[in-house]
Amino acid sequence: MNWTEFFFETNFGIFLFILGQCLLVTVLLLVALAFLMYADRKIWAAVQMRKGPNVVGVFGLLQSFADFIKYIVKEVVVPAGADKVVYFLAPMIAFILSVISWAVIPWADGWVIANLNIGILYIFAVSSLEVYGVIMGGWASNSKYPFLGSLRSAAQMISYEVSIGFIIVGVMISTGSLNLTEVVRAQDGDYGFLNWYWLPHLPMVFLFLISALAETNRPPFDLPEAESELVAGFQVEYSSTPFLLYMIGELMAVVLMCALITILFFGGWLSPIPGLPDGVLWMVAKMAFFFFIFSMVKAITPRYRYDQLMRIGWKVFLPMSLGWVVLVAFAAKFELFGGFYARWAIGG
Amino acid sequence: MTQIDWTRATKYFLLADFFGGFRLGLKYFFRPKATINYPHEKGPLSPRFRGEHALRRYPNGEERCIACKLCEAICPAQAITIDAEPREDGSRRTTRYDIDMTKCIYCGFCQEACPVDAIVEGPNFEYSTESREELFFDKARLLENGERWEAEIARNLELDAPYR
Repeated sequence: MNWTEFFFETNFGIFLFILGQCLLVTVLLLVALAFLMYADRKIWAAVQMRKGPNVVGVFGLLQSFADFIKYIVKEVVVPAGADKVVYFLAPMIAFILSVISWAVIPWADGWVIANLNIGILYIFAVSSLEVYGVIMGGWASNSKYPFLGSLRSAAQMISYEVSIGFIIVGVMISTGSLNLTEVVRAQDGDYGFLNWYWLPHLPMVFLFLISALAETNRPPFDLPEAESELVAGFQVEYSSTPFLLYMIGELMAVVLMCALITILFFGGWLSPIPGLPDGVLWMVAKMAFFFFIFSMVKAITPRYRYDQLMRIGWKVFLPMSLGWVVLVAFAAKFELFGGFYARWAIGG
Repeated sequence: MTQIDWTRATKYFLLADFFGGFRLGLKYFFRPKATINYPHEKGPLSPRFRGEHALRRYPNGEERCIACKLCEAICPAQAITIDAEPREDGSRRTTRYDIDMTKCIYCGFCQEACPVDAIVEGPNFEYSTESREELFFDKARLLENGERWEAEIARNLELDAPYR
């Protein structure tokens, strides 16, 4: 029996193979995350005319690793009245849920751990569960500010999940598939970036971007940790490694949203100019671009008030995205605009 | 029927404020940085800067302080404690000159009050310590500060003299 046979035929070999893929993606993501955290701080600093971290390593590149060591060697402080099991479970849930979503993200054609037919549904289910990490942490801390923060967070994440769902439904109608690889393939065409879904779904791109900010508790919607009102929201009682897990989970969710925008509206691994080779580099470059946008938004926007947040979510985003779904469904069903909204109708 | 402000509504839905802010943010993104690399670079200090205290001497090595206790009297934080006795040669000098640096509010009144420019606040601000006790400065410590910072202190006093 040779190695190819072992890894593709035997049960144990397939198990090892998938385990290796998972490890590869997770480790690469975590290393990338360290530098993204650094980039985030640098961009934020640059907008405020500061230098940002520049002491640890060349240009401060190793800052995140120094922070990592600092977090894990610090003392874990557990509040006296905390429910210990739930208290420690919550950050683990937040971290694990943010990592497992990456199983269905296609990095390039075929470069995906689990090519699920319902990939987008899976991501949606996992990101819905992410609210549990926050609300469990807030509740188990047995403290006032974390509890208020987690209540806000729960309301916020649920509200914006609705509009994200409808935005995704529009894209799914256009594609005719829930498979993320199929979504990207449907955007392939002769006109490069003009074939991508951002053009037919233009208003939804901005809606999705803003909803993603709210969904991941990023500024201007970082109400769960509004420090002027709630100290640090659901994270108040967390320190050391549990806090680190929350932080990684949160940033991982942001990067996942960058990947989703790239896949849904900006053609994933497809090259923007016809003729250039497609590949994983385009995917990474596009994700980096959207991460830059996310960081810039963090630097330039003031925090929303809670009632404004809810008003936008339910009275602006929900009707808009729902109306868009109806429009797209109509256009797709009757194949209006020459298949502009129904790629499956014109064969890709 | 409420009137709809169409200009405002259009700006709202086109995210006009957001894009304006984004442009401004990008503009500042490429501006030169205002940060100073502190331990390696330091910002400029005024000659009037009120930092760590020092007791000065005359060029011949004689202490300037004559124990008039004006600084002790004017100190709003009551951080200064002075004891005085005649020296063997009969001149009036301090036997004890303590400043509790944890009480001091760096108002500079002691320097203003001093008739002989003995107690001054120098340009040094980097004297943090690990314990509280180290911040109870005695006469020896203050005189030592005076010797270490004399050049800067003399220059600052000279620069500030025209405005007094």
